[in-house]
Amino acid sequence: MSDFTGNFWPIFITVISLLGIFGCALLLWLTSKVKVVTTNGDNTSGHVWDEDLREMNNPLPRWWVGLFIITIVFSLLYLVAYPGLGTYKGELGWSQEKQYQQEMADANKALAPMYAKFAATPVEELSANPEAKAIGERLFMNNCAQCHGSDARGSRGFPNLTDHDWLHGGSAEKIHQTITGGRIGMMPPMAAAIGNEEDVKNVANYVLSLSASKHDASRAALGKEKFAICAACHGLEGKGNLDMGAPNLSDNVWLHGAGEAAIIRRINEGKTNQMPAQGEKFSPEQIHVLTAYVWGLSNKAN
Amino acid sequence: MNDTSTSKTTDNKKAKIVEKTIPLNEVVISLYEAQDKIYPRSISGFFTNWRWVMIWLTQLFFYGVPWLNWGSRQALLFDLDAKRFYIFKLVLYPQDLIYLTAILIISALSLFLFTAIAGRLWCGYTCPQTVYTEIFLWIERKIEGDRAARMKLDTATMSSHKLAKKSAKHFVWIAFALWTGFTFVGYFTPIRELANEFRSLSMSPWETFWVCFYGFATYGNAGFMREQVCKYMCPYARFQSAMFDDDTLTVTYDEARGEPRGGRSRSVKEGTSALGSCIDCTLCVQVCPTGIDIRDGLQYECIGCGACADVCDTVMDKMGYARGLVKYSTQNAITNKWSRSQMMQRILRPRVIIYGAILALLITALLASLWFRTPFRVNVIRDRGVMARLADGGMLENVYRLQIMNGTESTQHYQLNASGIKDLAIEVDGTETNQTISVKPAESRWVSVRLEIPDGSIEPGSHRVEFEIKELDNNDSVVEKSVFLVPRY
Repeated sequence: MSDFTGNFWPIFITVISLLGIFGCALLLWLTSKVKVVTTNGDNTSGHVWDEDLREMNNPLPRWWVGLFIITIVFSLLYLVAYPGLGTYKGELGWSQEKQYQQEMADANKALAPMYAKFAATPVEELSANPEAKAIGERLFMNNCAQCHGSDARGSRGFPNLTDHDWLHGGSAEKIHQTITGGRIGMMPPMAAAIGNEEDVKNVANYVLSLSASKHDASRAALGKEKFAICAACHGLEGKGNLDMGAPNLSDNVWLHGAGEAAIIRRINEGKTNQMPAQGEKFSPEQIHVLTAYVWGLSNKAN
Repeated sequence: MNDTSTSKTTDNKKAKIVEKTIPLNEVVISLYEAQDKIYPRSISGFFTNWRWVMIWLTQLFFYGVPWLNWGSRQALLFDLDAKRFYIFKLVLYPQDLIYLTAILIISALSLFLFTAIAGRLWCGYTCPQTVYTEIFLWIERKIEGDRAARMKLDTATMSSHKLAKKSAKHFVWIAFALWTGFTFVGYFTPIRELANEFRSLSMSPWETFWVCFYGFATYGNAGFMREQVCKYMCPYARFQSAMFDDDTLTVTYDEARGEPRGGRSRSVKEGTSALGSCIDCTLCVQVCPTGIDIRDGLQYECIGCGACADVCDTVMDKMGYARGLVKYSTQNAITNKWSRSQMMQRILRPRVIIYGAILALLITALLASLWFRTPFRVNVIRDRGVMARLADGGMLENVYRLQIMNGTESTQHYQLNASGIKDLAIEVDGTETNQTISVKPAESRWVSVRLEIPDGSIEPGSHRVEFEIKELDNNDSVVEKSVFLVPRY
């Protein structure tokens, strides 16, 4: 890069551009007239090759010369008006960045009345507006679908947004909060607190029993007591805690994998899962529209 | 070594001396030539009539077709903003570019075919440059008079009479050119709306620009540039000689019959004097739109319009000589003195047959492919975020995004099916009953589709699946391939 920040290249470009333009003008002038030896006055130069191939003098039409002059004048005016000569900024002060910002400002201005209309509509109502839904879908596809999937049903580690199982709450305000500020869900490794390997396995089977999944009933009975440690966050009945983002263990939604092995792993290793904050990326009106879209995914009946 | 170099030097010296001995004929000439205005004389005749037929046909099409409607829309409209191209019943999209390619190839081949048979037919009869020049010349003639009157007017000093005629001509030219520009824009934006905007002077800046630009191009090319375009700008004029051969019909002067040329009394019968049939009246030069003398033989400036043939025939009639001193003929016919039928027999030669066969094949292929074209398209894109996931009931799910583009102008209903794996189930978000998706006229819709199989029912890896999308009303269907991924846990 340092090659391009020195003084040499801007000067080089300036000199080459101007030399090129003046060179064209010079060539046009130098070739305007030619001395020929006329032998027979038949508009040929008198050169004959290959027995009968003669060189004719077919002059360039003058209007074509006019076009050359126009391009030369145009290129000089252009170089005065726009940045073309090294570091010279041009009289019009045009730059790519300014044009980009201008276009963005124009687009935002054009969209402002529509977003203002959306902003005045409550999320629950907005989610049924087809126009807002289409915009919300595009925002979701470009910014959220990478993790949550284009059908918003998530994947391992990425929550499904179309069901009624919410880690931090599924109300409009909660969704708005989640999008704006992001979320961090943290479960510490609990193996030490619970006890030995057997204890962990027993607790895991108790957890499985909460959702009536396949489990060993005798182990589950043994694990029930130790579950009290887990209940601090997940609640006594394992229904979870929206304020802490502790998942409900009594349903059949397993964000980090179902089955005994997966649960034992979570107890042993814990889990930190993060959704990054999106507040910086969007305007408040866009977040409003996106909230309506996400809220609408699990509240279709309305 | 030494020897040769010495002889070379002496050669050079000799050359210099030779050059210096003839300075008398040396002249300085300008390499930039002022355009000599050409004043084609008006004519009538067989080829001229044909040209007017072609002018009427092409221009009735050009000015008329944008006003035709098909249903509730313009029949022929190239909507660049919406990227939809309406051609009567058809609605084409940028993806259908292949049809444009086919049409361009067919056009090029037709040009080759016509050129091989009868030279610059396109140039002489249908090229917009010729057609508009002819129309502008007609206007010019109506206002300023024919060749002699125009030449006199141009050399006359400026007077109110001259000013009136010149401004009347330019007024009509500009009005006609603007109408042409307006019609041109009417192919890209609905012409009736454009007409309303034009009347209330509320055309958008770009519409105004293009009307003026195309109008200016018409005015400049047909009013002023004329033959200069053919001589210096048109690439086709230069490369078509590659399609000529000795059996190509071109406008030809029968030199053997015409020479030696010379003026004579009208009472001299053909063949009774030492002179040939050409009476050297120079009318063929006066009518030529490119200002050449056809009697000098085939020249690159000749656009093959046949004006000289028409005017020469009228002169031959007046003289009581046989017609056809200037006529469509071939190199072979002239040198071998073939009869007309002998010459015509040579039209069906291998080159013409091959051009014709390829052309017929391409046209058939284009029509067949338009006929069997399914009026909708489907793109299948595997979800960017989710490779595969376990869902309720121990099902393994893959997610796809399907874009269905309805190319028709009515709402269509599509049914989705997937196959390729045992026990493959399909679920589509936001569908009406039975996996039916409706798409509004000429719109496209994205749908999320989930394919499910019981987990563990097939080995991990990538499996081919096929989506079949059926259009319910017409039973057209499209099959798109994709893959179903089974992860190794």
